[in-house]
Amino acid sequence: MSGNGSHRVLAPFGRRALEVADNHCSDGYRIFSLRDQDGPVPSAGQFYMLSAAAHWAQRDERPFLPRAFSVADAVEAEQGLRLDFLVDDVGPGTARLAGLEPGEQVWVNGPLGRPFSTPSDLAPGAPGAILVGGGIGVAPLAILRRQLADRGVPTRILLGFRDREHSGGLEDLFACCEVRLATEDGHAGHKGYVTDLLAVLLEGDEAGSAAVYSCGPPPMLEAVRAMCEASDVACELAMESPMACGFGACFGCAVPLAGGGYMRLCVEGPVVGGDQIETALVAGSGHG
Amino acid sequence: MSVDLTTNFCGIELEHPVINGSGTFDAIAARRAFGEELVRSFPFSAFVSKTITIEPRDGNPPPRLWETPAGMINSIGLPNKGLKGFLEHDLPDLSLLPVPLIVSVMGTSHDEFTALVEEVGTRPEVAAMELNVSCPNVESGLIVGEQPGETRSLLEALRPITEKPLIVKLTPNVADPAAVARAGEEGGADAVSLINTLKASAIDPATLRPWLGAGSGGLSGPSVRPVALHQLRAVADAVSIPVIGMGGICNGADALAFIATGAALIAVGTENFRDPAAGSRVRREFAGELERRGIGSLSEVRGKGLPEVALNLKSRSS
Repeated sequence: MSGNGSHRVLAPFGRRALEVADNHCSDGYRIFSLRDQDGPVPSAGQFYMLSAAAHWAQRDERPFLPRAFSVADAVEAEQGLRLDFLVDDVGPGTARLAGLEPGEQVWVNGPLGRPFSTPSDLAPGAPGAILVGGGIGVAPLAILRRQLADRGVPTRILLGFRDREHSGGLEDLFACCEVRLATEDGHAGHKGYVTDLLAVLLEGDEAGSAAVYSCGPPPMLEAVRAMCEASDVACELAMESPMACGFGACFGCAVPLAGGGYMRLCVEGPVVGGDQIETALVAGSGHG
Repeated sequence: MSVDLTTNFCGIELEHPVINGSGTFDAIAARRAFGEELVRSFPFSAFVSKTITIEPRDGNPPPRLWETPAGMINSIGLPNKGLKGFLEHDLPDLSLLPVPLIVSVMGTSHDEFTALVEEVGTRPEVAAMELNVSCPNVESGLIVGEQPGETRSLLEALRPITEKPLIVKLTPNVADPAAVARAGEEGGADAVSLINTLKASAIDPATLRPWLGAGSGGLSGPSVRPVALHQLRAVADAVSIPVIGMGGICNGADALAFIATGAALIAVGTENFRDPAAGSRVRREFAGELERRGIGSLSEVRGKGLPEVALNLKSRSS
C-alpha cells in the first residue's frame, strides 16, 4: 500500500505490540519511534491509539484508556516501517509515553481515521498547499509535508511556537524545507501568532485558491478556520477530542457539526473540512 | 484435551459464550476501520447492537468521556438513527455479520417499546432483542428498570408480540436487582443481562463544575467488576432464566469468574475500546483457563465454582 495517497488506510484488526525504536528530545518535545514490521504505511492525518504494554496504569490507577496520536512520520527502513510520534507530558498517559525506553513494547491500534485530502481534491485548481501548525500540532503536518513533496506539490509551511522550550521537532521533522516561523516570545521568526503569517498569505493574490491544512491548539485552529472562511479559501483541520477507542465504538469523541448533530471524530475525522463545523473549539479536548 | 465452548442461549446456538455489551462495539464503523478482517475474525459469538429508539437521537453534548482509576465514565446519550433509519441503513449491514444479531431497543412508553419490538422482531435478520429499561416511562415518570412492577408490566405487554427471545438489561442502580430480575422473569423475559453502567459524576478540576456535557454519566471498566459479580450472584440465584454477565471483563480469568458465578454468557464492553479484538482474546484465554483446570465444557463450571475433580487436582498440584 502506498503512503503517498490520501486514502483511508485500513488498520490490521486488533491491537498489536510494537517495539520502541527510539525516544529522544527535540526542541522541548519528545519524539518517539515505533518499529512496525507488518503494518501498512499510513496516510497523512491518520492516527494511532497508543498505550504502553507494561506499567500503563500508574499513580491513581491511571491511565486506563489508550491515547490518540497523529503520526508525525512513517519511514520505510530495513527493519520495517518506523512510525514517529510527538509527545508532550501533560497528563498520566502522555507522561508514560514520553518516558518510553527503546526496546519497550507499546500496544498500537491503527492507522485510523480520515486522512488529509489532496490539494486537488480539497481546492481544485489550487496552486499549492499552505500548512499551518502550532505547537505539538505540527506532527501530522510533517508527514503531510513529505507526502506532498513526494508528489511535487508546492507547499508553504507556517509554524507557530510558544517559546524556545516548545519549538517541537523542527530539526527532525521539517529539515530541508523552508519554514516561516512565529514565536510568541519572539526568539525566532515573527513575534506573535502563526495566524498573523497566514493573514499575510491570504491577503496575497496567489493565495486566493490555495488549500490550507492546519493542526494545533483549538483556539489556533478556530482562528485558521474563521480566516479561511472569510477569505473563501478551502481548509482542512486535524482536530482532537477525548477518545476511548479510536474506531467508532464508544461515541465519545462527538464534535458538533455545522447545521446540527455530531460527528464521531475518530471515524469522520480527525481531519475535518473547515465548512463541516461551526467552530474548532470543542469541549473537553486537551486530555493527557 | 479440547474444550467445548459451544452453548445454547434461549434456543440460539452459539459457538462460544463471549458477546459484546450494547453500545461498546459498532460493527459497521469497525468494518470501515479494519475492513473484511473484522468479519473474518469476528470477536463475538453474537452481536448486540447499540440501543435504538423510535426517533433519531443526536446524543449528549460533549464532553462525553472521563477516564477514572481502572475505568471510565461515559455520557453518550444513545445517539442513533431511529427505528426507520436503523432498519433501512444499519440492519442490512449488520445482517452480513457471521453471528446472530441481538438488537437493543429503548422506548419511553409501552407503546414505543411495542412498536420497536413489533418492527424489529419480525425481521428475519434479528435473533433476539434486548430491552434497555434504564429510562423513564413517560406515563409513570419512573425508571422502568428500577421498579419490579414497571418491569413486569412492560414484559407482560411485550411478551405476546414476539416469539423471539427478550432480554432485560438490568440497571445496577437499585437496592435489589434480583427483585427486578424476578419481575422480568414473571413477565415473560427469556433472559436478563447485567450490569449496565453505575451512575457516576466527574468534576472538572479547572472549573470545579461537572465535566460531562450532560452533567453525569455511567461508570464502566474493571473498577465496576466486583459490583457486577456481586449483583450477578444475587440475580443468578433468584431466577431460572439465563443471565448474561458483564462489568469490567478484561481477560479469560474474569470471564471464568463470571461463568462460575452463574453467567450463561459473558459480554465484553469497555475492554473493546482498549483492544478491538478483545472478544477473541477473552475467548482464547477463557478456553485456556478451562483446559488448565481439566474442564471440558461450560456446563461443568457454570454457576458452580470449580467441580470437585478440579479442586482435587488443584490441591494435589499445590
